[in-house]
Amino acid sequence: MSFQDIIFYFFSVVLVGSALGVITARNPVHSALLLVLAFFASSGLWLLLEAEFLAITLVLVYVGAVMVLFLFVVMMLDINLDRLREGFWKWFPFGLLVALLMAGEMAMVVMGKQFGAGDMPAPPSRPEDYSNTKELGRLIYTEYVYAFELAAVILLVAIVAAIALTLRHRTGMKAVDASKQVAVKRADRIRMVSMPSEKKE
Amino acid sequence: MDYAQQMFGDLFGPEWGPALFVLAKNALLIVAIILPLMLAVAYLTFAERKIIAYMQMRVGPNRVTFFGIPWLGGWGQPIADAVKAVMKEIIIPSGANKFLFVLAPVLTFAPALAAWAVVPFSPEVVLADINAGLLYILAMTSMGVYGVIIAGWASNSKYAFLGAMRSAAQVVSYELAMGFALVCVLMMSHSLNLGDIVKGQQGGSFINWYLIPLFPMFLVYFISGVAETNRAPFDVAEGESEIVAGFHVEYSGMAFTVFFLAEYSNMILVATLASIIFLGGWLPPLNVAPFTLVPGFIWLLLKISFLLFCFLWFRATFPRYRYDQIMRLGWKVFIPITLVWILLLGLVMQLPSGLREAFPLNLWFH
Repeated sequence: MSFQDIIFYFFSVVLVGSALGVITARNPVHSALLLVLAFFASSGLWLLLEAEFLAITLVLVYVGAVMVLFLFVVMMLDINLDRLREGFWKWFPFGLLVALLMAGEMAMVVMGKQFGAGDMPAPPSRPEDYSNTKELGRLIYTEYVYAFELAAVILLVAIVAAIALTLRHRTGMKAVDASKQVAVKRADRIRMVSMPSEKKE
Repeated sequence: MDYAQQMFGDLFGPEWGPALFVLAKNALLIVAIILPLMLAVAYLTFAERKIIAYMQMRVGPNRVTFFGIPWLGGWGQPIADAVKAVMKEIIIPSGANKFLFVLAPVLTFAPALAAWAVVPFSPEVVLADINAGLLYILAMTSMGVYGVIIAGWASNSKYAFLGAMRSAAQVVSYELAMGFALVCVLMMSHSLNLGDIVKGQQGGSFINWYLIPLFPMFLVYFISGVAETNRAPFDVAEGESEIVAGFHVEYSGMAFTVFFLAEYSNMILVATLASIIFLGGWLPPLNVAPFTLVPGFIWLLLKISFLLFCFLWFRATFPRYRYDQIMRLGWKVFIPITLVWILLLGLVMQLPSGLREAFPLNLWFH
């Protein structure tokens, strides 16, 4: 076993362990934090595959932004675990069916001949100055440009929809208009009055 | 160095020797970065107290010295503070989530240190010269917010929780503006490697630094950096006058000090990155005799010190932003500015070279 193998097995154990923890932890905050750990471990695995752009983007986007908002929401919610467990046995057969179906589908793909380690050619070694970010950028903006732009448009629609769903125009709100505040001159607020000084009687 | 490598090879065999040698070498280099950094943090707190004191017509700490030397008055203060913090008891509040409570300071501190791995101090001196350096730094700085959120939640305290919520929303919103400002930089430098970004700013004088063509981006980056580190005037996460001390109100002793260390090393990191990315890193302002004699590392230190002084200056000068104003600045001012600037930059880059020559734009666009 070489040094790289040890790193690989370490990350894999952490990944599988934390992924199990996500679904078994009783406290939802612990689940979310374990999911963060799982993301981190899988980004370590991607680094071993020399996919540094994807690995760091995973940390940047999922760990740095998505999971923060997730935690934010989970912490604010006062979750009653007993009520969540109420329907467990009622829905159990349905869940089992879905789980079996997924396991079967995955088995069909993974056990097939195409995924044998012997059929996978070893990736060619890259020159020292090979930048995976540059290659990815080239592919996205040339070969896959339509797919990429479509994905962007879908995201934009989602943003617009999210804002449209939550935007309410309430009347009588006492919000300040910052540009109006900045534009205020002294003359608008202060009136200089000249008057004779009053004497104490 | 060769001798040490040979020794590792003999001790652990041909397969393990080189790997363990790299591990040991990097561990030593990490210590060589972190020790000066911790010293810098200690004396940054001293500088902060002194500078703000003079700005407010006070004297600041001037009692603790080394070995009773009178003209060193005050210079022993950070050391005395550190010793005091180590001696204090760490109190864990009742009803707190003990594991997360202890984990939170570590989670704030670790990314603040990990980001230093890719920072180049001079053309050759860098721990990890990786291709995706800038991306790595963005990823690491975005992790720091976890410590704050977890600290606020695990403390089982309303004030701490309020501070954590404020900080989470603030950091996530300013990260976007920061990222977009950095996108402009990498459009100009064609590289995510920090060393290459500095090399892209070479060319004779400070005119070639990215500060000039990207000046609005520099402001956006630096102000977002101040917001990201939860420093005044964006310190609503702590807000002494509103929510006591925010997310770390329940922390005492060394646990509190670790938060403190993380905040200050993050400040130094933001200042260092701004000087590397926008102020030409180790490049002298003019490529003529008196300036080129000074070693590049000193130039970098001078730029970092100036930006750190700005951090302290802001704290002494500006009143705290109201929360809705912070959100407005991040989402409605900075993000539109950065988007427009990215578009402009793209247009200029697509101009034919001859047309760019007419306006002196080829200084920056090679």
